Amino acid sequence: MSSQPYKWIGTRPNRPDGADKVTGRARFGADFNMPGQLIGKVLRSPHAHAVIRSIDTSAAEALPGVKAVVTAKDFPEQPNVIVPTGEMQVNLRDVTRNIMAREKALYEGHAVAAVAATTEAIAREALSLIRVEYEVLPHVIDVEEAMRDDAPVLHDHLRTEGVKPEPQKASNIAKRMENIKGDVAAGFKQAEIVIERSFTTQPVHQGYIEPHATLASAAEDGQVQIWSTTQGHFQVRGFCSRLLNIETSQIRVTPSEIGGGFGGKTVVYLEPVAVRLSQKTGKPVKMVMSREEVFRASGPAPGGSVKVKIGARRDGRIVAAECTIALQAGAFPGSPIGPACWTSFACYDIDNIQVIGYDVVSNRPKVAAYRAPGAPISAWGVESALDILAQELGMDPIDLRLKNAAKKGTKTSYGPTFDTIGFVETLEAAKNSAHYKSPVKPGYTRGVAAGFWFNVGADSSAAAHVAEDGTVTVISGNPDIGGSRASLALMAAEELGVDYEKVRPVIADTSSIGFNFVTGGSRVTFATGLAVVNAVKDMIRELKGRAAKTWGVDPEAVVWENGMARPAGSNVGEFDPLSLAQLAASAGKTGGPINGHAQLNVQGAGPGFGVHVVDLAVDRDTGIVTIDRYTAAQDVGTAIHPSYVEGQLQGGVVQGIGWALNEEYIYNSKGKLDNPGFLDYRMPVASDLPMIETILVEVANPSHPYGVRGVGEVPIVPPLATVGNAIARATGVRMTDLPMSPPKLSAALDAATPRMAAE
Amino acid sequence: MNNIQYVAPQSIDEAVAAMAAANGTGRVLAGGTDLLIQMRAGVVSPGIIVDVKKIVEMTTIDETSGGYRIGAAVSGAVIGEHARLKKAWPGVVEAINLIGSKQIQGRASAGGNLCNASPAADSVPALVAAGAIVTVQGPKGRRDVPVEKIHAGPGRTTLQPGEIVVSFTLPARPAGSSDAYLRLIPRTEMDIAVVGCGVSLTIQNGTCTAARVGLGAVAPTVLLVEDAAKALAGSRLDDKALEAAAAACRAACKPINDKRGTIAYRTKIAGVLLKRAAGIAAERAGRK
Repeated sequence: MSSQPYKWIGTRPNRPDGADKVTGRARFGADFNMPGQLIGKVLRSPHAHAVIRSIDTSAAEALPGVKAVVTAKDFPEQPNVIVPTGEMQVNLRDVTRNIMAREKALYEGHAVAAVAATTEAIAREALSLIRVEYEVLPHVIDVEEAMRDDAPVLHDHLRTEGVKPEPQKASNIAKRMENIKGDVAAGFKQAEIVIERSFTTQPVHQGYIEPHATLASAAEDGQVQIWSTTQGHFQVRGFCSRLLNIETSQIRVTPSEIGGGFGGKTVVYLEPVAVRLSQKTGKPVKMVMSREEVFRASGPAPGGSVKVKIGARRDGRIVAAECTIALQAGAFPGSPIGPACWTSFACYDIDNIQVIGYDVVSNRPKVAAYRAPGAPISAWGVESALDILAQELGMDPIDLRLKNAAKKGTKTSYGPTFDTIGFVETLEAAKNSAHYKSPVKPGYTRGVAAGFWFNVGADSSAAAHVAEDGTVTVISGNPDIGGSRASLALMAAEELGVDYEKVRPVIADTSSIGFNFVTGGSRVTFATGLAVVNAVKDMIRELKGRAAKTWGVDPEAVVWENGMARPAGSNVGEFDPLSLAQLAASAGKTGGPINGHAQLNVQGAGPGFGVHVVDLAVDRDTGIVTIDRYTAAQDVGTAIHPSYVEGQLQGGVVQGIGWALNEEYIYNSKGKLDNPGFLDYRMPVASDLPMIETILVEVANPSHPYGVRGVGEVPIVPPLATVGNAIARATGVRMTDLPMSPPKLSAALDAATPRMAAE
Repeated sequence: MNNIQYVAPQSIDEAVAAMAAANGTGRVLAGGTDLLIQMRAGVVSPGIIVDVKKIVEMTTIDETSGGYRIGAAVSGAVIGEHARLKKAWPGVVEAINLIGSKQIQGRASAGGNLCNASPAADSVPALVAAGAIVTVQGPKGRRDVPVEKIHAGPGRTTLQPGEIVVSFTLPARPAGSSDAYLRLIPRTEMDIAVVGCGVSLTIQNGTCTAARVGLGAVAPTVLLVEDAAKALAGSRLDDKALEAAAAACRAACKPINDKRGTIAYRTKIAGVLLKRAAGIAAERAGRK
């Protein structure tokens, strides 16, 4: 636990946005409207893979009430340039093709045209009047099939990057990468036991409750305003600027409250289209996706395959580890194959590591970030293989991980050497937990797995303003997807020495605060938190100067304590302390408004580690898995607002359990998605799960004044293998393909039990 | 959107007249939990909506000399709060109460669940097992039909143009009788049955003297599995009899592979649920 005696940090006040959200006053993406607005709708490809021969929009344009129709012709061609978006990279040439198909429709649901009309009904009717001539091509959905030589090729220009000599033939393998530490061949020679297995996963959707929604208004003078539900309004601005050739400062983006993002709202789908329609019509244009569109055309996280080979000595020490990962990128290159590779063995101190990754395109929606992108997939393979190793060695699974745990000074396979990290502490916390020490109930079995995520820093700006009455506004520029406003206000209150209730945090639009990188990478409480702390420090410096001026002393002779300016010592003179309210009241006489600012590129994000324990039962007749108890331990740095840290852990676990047990995209033989809705895309419901228990292991990050580490992504990494490991120990059947849904688990159990199969 | 007319008649005669006048474009609105979704999805676009919730006979439950008459538009929540009905027909009530979520239960009705004609409708296998008789009224008057005769295929019924399902009648039955309904869903709620199985039993002196079995989501319509009932009737519900009934259920299955389950899985689960539902029904029957 943290030893720092904080007044506000570590407390659990109500969140500043809470009342609005529980009373329905909060405005989400679809809640923004303007007088005279038009409704925009998108025509989407019914084919998984087809050349677009022609698009005839004349009948749609002739329909009364239709004000504009756009196709790819309305969007300028883009260069082959890669830009960051959240934790992933995108190519502008591909982004413009993803928002509006150009030469080809590359997945079912791919946008091919859009209309703006006076009503939604007219817009829908107009879509039915657009005639698209397709030449349907053979398609490929599965990653392994897409990698075959005879697979239908999505992009004729695509040559596999990272292969020497440079390939001459187009391929669906966009990239091959490797990261190597030591000498695996030599390492495996020392091994007394080798575990080698292959695992697969299906794509999963982020499953945010709020569909994508935007309102765009392009004025006659060239200024553009956008309201959008997004994790990064500065990214919305940047993409619209580049994709539509508009100067960045002409665009002002205001983020709405956000009904979940999980990485899936770090990219653009509707915004550039709405702006273009608004430019063409001179009217504001509102666009809202249906749930079906969200499933067919946004997200998901990739599916993939993971081949793992681990060599160890009989005492449990791992001497070599190898892993080959292929991830589905969707219709355009750019899966999170890098993070999938880098995280694969990051939990462990292993001398010899070889990781090879492939980024593969197929006829599915382009993947987007989803909580710790790529990491759950490689962890599913690695942590399952480790469980097999523990079983074969007869070792406790936590002891096996303790024996190999990364610690301060461990060099990772991808380069960096860890500073202070808390994996050992987290393993010990899990081992000493009430859950792990409790006997397993009859009929249940226990599973364990671990996970890692880097967390990121990057660009943040913040400001702090003192109002006339001495209350404080903290201004930042990151949409709040997980309670970050409360955490920013707590850090500001702590730094300033005033009550949390006196600090009002707001999220400014792109024209009202400096640049901020997206809300993603578990960066906001860490990086934007640091910007807020620095802005408050800047404001305190100003406050001390005002007190010095009032007292006629040097600014250095003033200290700031408990929300008051005081003389630094008795030699300064006898002055009553000046409160924030007093300094604010006299600000006009001491130099005007009192504000603070900060902007920085934040380095030193502290990586996080999670160790999860589950007790579950398997109904052998039906294949249904019942989770009885689940505990997530994680080194969270300092828990600024523990309730929201716990909430992050619980949410990540729930999503991970859904990924493990039921979530999958089901395609028919024509490459069409068969389950584009929450009924048959089965995320867990509340009654499926017990209260998720959490253990916050507070190993402070030395690179942050309050020791903050990102916490939001680590918790989705371990659950897949945690659940799989428990199922394997319950049934003796090791599932290697996700999801472990009732029909699949039942079939696997029957295959392993001849009696059942004979029935 | 087309113009949609809405009427809320006070009597079944008026409702039937409105449906008949609609020439096939009329849709009955009870809870609306299927109809409104289908309208929003553009699957149906009715010319007239006939709201039957103002019709007393369709929104009340009566006891009829040991049996029960349940109005077709009575909501699941009201049925679930009817203590005597729940004691007499726990399987029927639990099946109706599985439709949708708690919120949906405030609106959804067994009549709507039947007329939506999904092979996976939760209430129907239990009503089939119960031997429920459906009272139907149309332009040609009233008729009584065994519930298993209503479904013709997915989304299709044997109802004639203008006919409305008015009520369900559950028969009186001897002491030592009870029923149970089980469904398999991958989650714990908010889902659609992969397989549903209703079993109704009478047990006297430890012997099963009468049985009926309804099976859902394993064929184009909900099935009355007479061979399973034969295997149970006359037995002491021992393992051999249960396995024979389970085998009859598996044999009756004509399922499809779809996003909710495979042929092999549905067939296997039909047998599993038969055994479990029969066990629960027997325990309930014995407790009386």
